[in-house]
Amino acid sequence: MSQATATVSVTAKRTPAETRALIIRGTSYVLLAVTALWILYKAFTQPADFFTVGFLGLKFGALYALVALGYTMVYGIIELINFSHGDLFMLATVVSGLIMVSWLARTDPTVTGFLVMIGALLVAMVLAGSVNTLAERVAYRRLRRAPKLAPLITAVGLSFIYQSVGIQMNGSGQRNWSTLLGDRSFSLGPVKVQWSVIVVLTVTIPLLLAMTYLINRTRQGKAMRATAQDQDAARLMGVDVDRTIAFTFALGGALAGAAGMLWLQSIGTTRYDLGFQLGLIAFTSAVLGGIGNLNGAVLGGFLIGIIQALNEAFLLGNAWSQTVVFTILIMVMVFKPEGLLGKPTTEKV
Amino acid sequence: MAATTTPSPVTGPSVKDAAEHARRSNRKWALGLLIAVVVLFLLYWKILPAVGGDTASFFRKWLSVSAASEMVLWVIFALGLNIVVGYAGLLDLGYVAFWAIGGYVAGWFMSPFASEMMNDKSWANLKFNFLGHPPAIQGLDRGIHLNFWLVLPIAGLICAFFGVLIGAPTLRLKSDYLALVTLGFGEIIPQIFRNGERLGPGGNFNLSNGDKGITPVDTIPTWPFSYIPGVPDQLGLRAEDLPFKFLVYCLLAAAIVFLSLRIREGRLGRAWLAIREDELAASMMGVPLMRTKLAAYAVGAFAGGIGGVAFATFVNGIYASRFDFAISIILLAMVVLGGMGNVWGVTVGALVLAWINSTGLEQFGNTFNDAVGTNINFKNYQFLLFGLILVLMMLFRREGLIPETRTKQVLAEPERGELEAVGADLEGEQA
Repeated sequence: MSQATATVSVTAKRTPAETRALIIRGTSYVLLAVTALWILYKAFTQPADFFTVGFLGLKFGALYALVALGYTMVYGIIELINFSHGDLFMLATVVSGLIMVSWLARTDPTVTGFLVMIGALLVAMVLAGSVNTLAERVAYRRLRRAPKLAPLITAVGLSFIYQSVGIQMNGSGQRNWSTLLGDRSFSLGPVKVQWSVIVVLTVTIPLLLAMTYLINRTRQGKAMRATAQDQDAARLMGVDVDRTIAFTFALGGALAGAAGMLWLQSIGTTRYDLGFQLGLIAFTSAVLGGIGNLNGAVLGGFLIGIIQALNEAFLLGNAWSQTVVFTILIMVMVFKPEGLLGKPTTEKV
Repeated sequence: MAATTTPSPVTGPSVKDAAEHARRSNRKWALGLLIAVVVLFLLYWKILPAVGGDTASFFRKWLSVSAASEMVLWVIFALGLNIVVGYAGLLDLGYVAFWAIGGYVAGWFMSPFASEMMNDKSWANLKFNFLGHPPAIQGLDRGIHLNFWLVLPIAGLICAFFGVLIGAPTLRLKSDYLALVTLGFGEIIPQIFRNGERLGPGGNFNLSNGDKGITPVDTIPTWPFSYIPGVPDQLGLRAEDLPFKFLVYCLLAAAIVFLSLRIREGRLGRAWLAIREDELAASMMGVPLMRTKLAAYAVGAFAGGIGGVAFATFVNGIYASRFDFAISIILLAMVVLGGMGNVWGVTVGALVLAWINSTGLEQFGNTFNDAVGTNINFKNYQFLLFGLILVLMMLFRREGLIPETRTKQVLAEPERGELEAVGADLEGEQA
């Protein structure tokens, strides 16, 4: 993907369209610069707080990145915004809680505790992956050639069904689960770092690397890329398109499952509509990075996580975090619909 | 047979027939619903209080007057959403924002709340009354009190303005992105109201009273019908007012039905349908895409504003926690279930789902539990029910229960073929 943006030096009169594009680009750069300046200002005036918050943001960012990857992969391959993806994540939080707390009662940071956690991680990944694949098989596959509204509404419906399952398993209010690590933390000079940040990052980073390997180096990854580019041509080249799409759903679901387990272990609370809220934030991350672009989703996830943490600590506070995230979403849509790393297309937006 | 008419192209008579058919079916539906409304009104007003006993308690359980009113209010919102989703084909997942804005307009102009909007009490003595009807209790005449019938168009226009505001940045986006941005607005606006207790410099401005909500809301005046004996001159919360309130909401719903049907026949409505079916072809035929889409947002939002005010009088208050995403989805389910684009279908879909939502599911659950001896909380399965409706309808009956003839025809066409798929891909390459 070469970023061949032709820079045309305009010396003669500009057309109105060009002027408008210039204004739009100028505004977006000014906004970016203001944000960057503000972040730098905070970093210099309150460094200890800034980095403590930054680590928190990193934790959220890693989780957003995992969920955002699922969105961006599915969008990249069949151009569907999988609304129910966030709710898979929510189901994974509940399932991992049931396994670790209700069923096996492991809430201490012992060796067996961590082994059980790894087991719960795998179960959550497999479960979320299979539910997602099942949904693809039962619902989305039949609608692949239907008008675009149909699969989108189906996804919204599935999201409601998952939430209903979440209500049955987790109750209709917020539920606190005890976790292995609680909010134990260690100090790095004046900066406080929670242990759960380390756990989240040690799981997330290998997963992300494995994903990159899978997509760029393996046969299956090649099939996925080919299907995303052109389904018909891929089919002609002997790619089993249906299986590839199902595999993509499984992969995305598994990542959401991993994120769900990590969320429960590092935050400790869940609610039936958590997936909806977090799914939207993750989707915003995917759009910010450039939807369909895997690196973009990861970058967007970390950026949104950090921005959100900074906002909660220094700017408007917890109550406004949805507003801040959605304002970013709308700004990106208006000013740079292809996202930070995406390549501009006319068809997609 | 057609001796007097000039010979016309093959499509001529069939188009005419279709229009005549549509008109006839509209008349039938309108008459049927009118009879239902009149029967229900008489029932609630005179018959049930006179009969009493088992019949009255049966109706109180299965279809009380407030349940019926709520159903009619949902019809107003569903019809508003139908204009955006069903007519213009723009998926709006944040419709609840207009409900909220309409409600808060009622809160600002029809309740004592306006006198509390400054947290330093500088507006405490604000009193403005223009044909308004504050509740007849000492101290509640503070604030701004406009007439209910005046607030309706004001709220509608404010909502239409916000509809355009929300629509404007999203117009360049294709369907699924559009859905996300409307969803974003649908989350932002209720959140502003939820957190809107201390805004501005020093947190002095109270936009919405936060989670506490705004209450009470003024009554609905019935002048000039109050001259008719038996009609109360103000409709508040008394039991004898409720049947008349039901009638008022039915009147509003009828107005929105009329608006929807008339606009659909006209130039704007046909432009919406053209955009819905093929945006590219529509723009080639000279339909101004931007303006037409914005008009859809504006008209849809207008209906939402009217519904919002009416709902505020129904619950006698505005509570921020009510405006959540689930409402947008339930409205969407109503539109999808009834048949996108068909006013009567959407009306029936809204009535059915709203009834299930308010009393149906619970009563059915009670009856079922009594009969079988189980103890299942049916209310918990509401989400499952709505989700299943959306998914199953999309899989098996995409045109809805009562589809328009036109939608049926469009969907009966063969699905996008291979050749067309190639064409779509070429389109994407041209940039």
